[in-house]
Amino acid sequence: MSETSLPGGMTETRAPGALRKLAGMREMGLLCIILALCVVMSFASPYFLTWSNFRTIFLSFSIEGIVVIGMTVLLIVGGLDLSVGSVVCLAMVVAGKLFLLGVDPWLASAAGVGAAAAVGAAMGLFVVRVGLSHFIASLAAMVIVRGLCLLITKGTPLSLFSLPPEFKFVGQGSLGGLPVVVLIFVVLAVVFDFLLRRSAKFRTIFYTGSNEKAAEYSGIRTKRVIFWVTVLCSTLTGLAGVIFMARFGSATPQFGVGMELNVIAAAVIGGASLKGGQGSIFGAVLGVALLSLVTSSLILLDVSVYMQDMIKGFILLAAVSFDHLMNKRGKRG
Amino acid sequence: MPPLLQLNRIAKSFGPVKALRDVSFELRAGEIHALAGENGAGKSTTMKIVDGILQPDAGEIRVDGQRRRIRSPLEAQALGIGFVHQEIALCPDVSVAENIFMSATATQRGLMNFAALERKAKAVLAELCDVDPAATVGSLSISNQQLVEIAKALTLDARILILDEPTSALTETETEKLFRIVHRLRERGLGIIHISHRMAEIFEHCDRVTVFRDGEYVTCLDIPETTPQEVVNNMVGREISHLYPAKATQAPGKPLLEVEGVSCDVLSDVSLTLREGEILGLGGLIGAGRSELAKAICGLRRSSKTVRLMGEPVDIPDFSAALERGMVYVSEDRKGEGLFLDMPISQNVSSLRLSQVTKGGLVDRAAETAQAETLGRRLRLKAGKPEDPPSTLSGGNQQKVALARMLSVNPKVVFLDEPTRGVDVGAKSEIHAILRELCEQGVGVVVISSELPELIGLSDRIVVLHEGEITGELGPDEMTEEAIIHLASGLHIQGDAA
Repeated sequence: MSETSLPGGMTETRAPGALRKLAGMREMGLLCIILALCVVMSFASPYFLTWSNFRTIFLSFSIEGIVVIGMTVLLIVGGLDLSVGSVVCLAMVVAGKLFLLGVDPWLASAAGVGAAAAVGAAMGLFVVRVGLSHFIASLAAMVIVRGLCLLITKGTPLSLFSLPPEFKFVGQGSLGGLPVVVLIFVVLAVVFDFLLRRSAKFRTIFYTGSNEKAAEYSGIRTKRVIFWVTVLCSTLTGLAGVIFMARFGSATPQFGVGMELNVIAAAVIGGASLKGGQGSIFGAVLGVALLSLVTSSLILLDVSVYMQDMIKGFILLAAVSFDHLMNKRGKRG
Repeated sequence: MPPLLQLNRIAKSFGPVKALRDVSFELRAGEIHALAGENGAGKSTTMKIVDGILQPDAGEIRVDGQRRRIRSPLEAQALGIGFVHQEIALCPDVSVAENIFMSATATQRGLMNFAALERKAKAVLAELCDVDPAATVGSLSISNQQLVEIAKALTLDARILILDEPTSALTETETEKLFRIVHRLRERGLGIIHISHRMAEIFEHCDRVTVFRDGEYVTCLDIPETTPQEVVNNMVGREISHLYPAKATQAPGKPLLEVEGVSCDVLSDVSLTLREGEILGLGGLIGAGRSELAKAICGLRRSSKTVRLMGEPVDIPDFSAALERGMVYVSEDRKGEGLFLDMPISQNVSSLRLSQVTKGGLVDRAAETAQAETLGRRLRLKAGKPEDPPSTLSGGNQQKVALARMLSVNPKVVFLDEPTRGVDVGAKSEIHAILRELCEQGVGVVVISSELPELIGLSDRIVVLHEGEITGELGPDEMTEEAIIHLASGLHIQGDAA
């Protein structure tokens, strides 16, 4: 951490540096806030510190958390996806409809995820080939896909009570006391967090998002990177969609409206930058956990539903402002 | 009568970098005052302080003898200071008239009267140039855009006009036209500050010249009583030959890179040979196609070409193909194209060939850090830790990170576009020494530089471009600023045609 360094090269400060780096990480700040909130809430409500409450909180954000993973990777490459709410619904509706037509539920789910991936591929092509921004391409996809969902279902919810129990198990079952959806989410989060930190392929995502031109001038095929990350985000979103279907045993054409805002907020609170190049899955998971924790706390405290959105908005504002101010101070040293 | 503008002992730092140590300057009414100095001497920073874009850390500014604080360009305007920027600061999608009256429009209430605006603009432009006030600025040539900037300054009743390297992007005829206008403005009693590298221009058109070096005031000379040599010596502060590493001692070896018939939108049929053990300089004005040529050869720009590397024909459709062959292009635009400013230095260094520090698909971070440390030490990179981002470094050290990136792939041929732009003098000669060392190790080095002393001091051979064509080649005995400017401005072509 020495400010003036020897001309001999870069100085090394191992142990204290690593500790300080850990303390300075965005994730640590979030973790502290979450812990503080837990402490406060355990005094405020007798129901808070119960297994069933925590189980409910985890359940509430796990499936949406899968979407947050995809969104975070996309934000890192410098993209954005407003269509996730619609795409979740599309995967659900396509899988549900096929199931009702007699297709095997697993196969139908694969088709649902495939449909979601196809939407991602279409958006990716418009971004990479035509040169549209992610904002515009996904805004269009959001509206079109929602329309498609309404068309497929003719506007009425599909009732899927006849789903076989082994399929419902994915959404409703538990393994060793832990809900399967939570397990799926945790595994995905760990895998993607690791890949983003360590994999060489995923590193190109950071390069591209940090400075697309410089990445191109480093021999990275940036357009390909952007395309595949867009597809990845939609695919994970589709996966979340079919898990939702397994959980609720139905497919509603209005499902997921407004989900994109929650998902983007969680990723951004977790440290992802809308300018690209920054973000981590661990941070995003904490972000989504914080938002869910706040929601459930507010419910326990019997705060008006109308207040809840406001408070979430303020949290987003505070987190991002804090980050922005810290960054600014760091640069003008 | 007090001088129009007076700067006394101005100092300014950016973080650890002292851009200005001690700068003084005086401008009288009715003079064209040249401001000379090498890149990084502090000319532009000083003028940004005068224009209120930057605030000085110390020192005073006097306008008409009165001490002033200039906190913003708006306050500078109110004091009669007009700034014509090096990079044109106009809105390209908006009409000429609206650009000229931009600040008036900003404070106007109610609706816009475009017809009146265009009439007024026409009146201002009439004495400058023949430009349609309704045309969008983006559709004008660079020289006309500059004149629009001057018109804009004039409508604000500027008494002090700052021209920041106005001729760097202009042709000879356009330059003459610009100076005719500047002389007319001088007769009206304006004080004009003319920032320029070009001695010929300074001696032909200016009344006095102030020289800065390394952020300090050196001297102020009356043009009739001085010589270009004296000004250059003051700029450099030592004999030029000492600044640059010794040139190649051996005769250049066999051809390393042969390029034939490079053609694209801005280049027509350019051919080039780079020999082993030589530094080849590419000269020419901005827009002559030097960067485009380097990018085209490296596959960063679509073009038709045939390339032979060490005698072997090679196909280079994109930059990754060039990289595989050991060809690297180092951009002139570190922020925009060269570096990942917010990512760790180590990750910047490894980015050209990540596979070198990858095992089984995973990045080996220890190896990555070690690579950055080794190359950092070799380049005498002054940085905190390999995890720090380049955004915390000075221009010179950022450029060293860019060079470390280049060295990480053990290149055979390197193209360096303005390798010392925005780099302080010390780091600059270090970078020069590194390039010469590379060249002695058998790497082919191509340097693009707009700074003529650098081009001459560094190159063993110079090829000059003009409007996308090679207009000449200069051997070691023929390299003079005049010869390069002559070729760069395409004068000999016009001469041949006549």
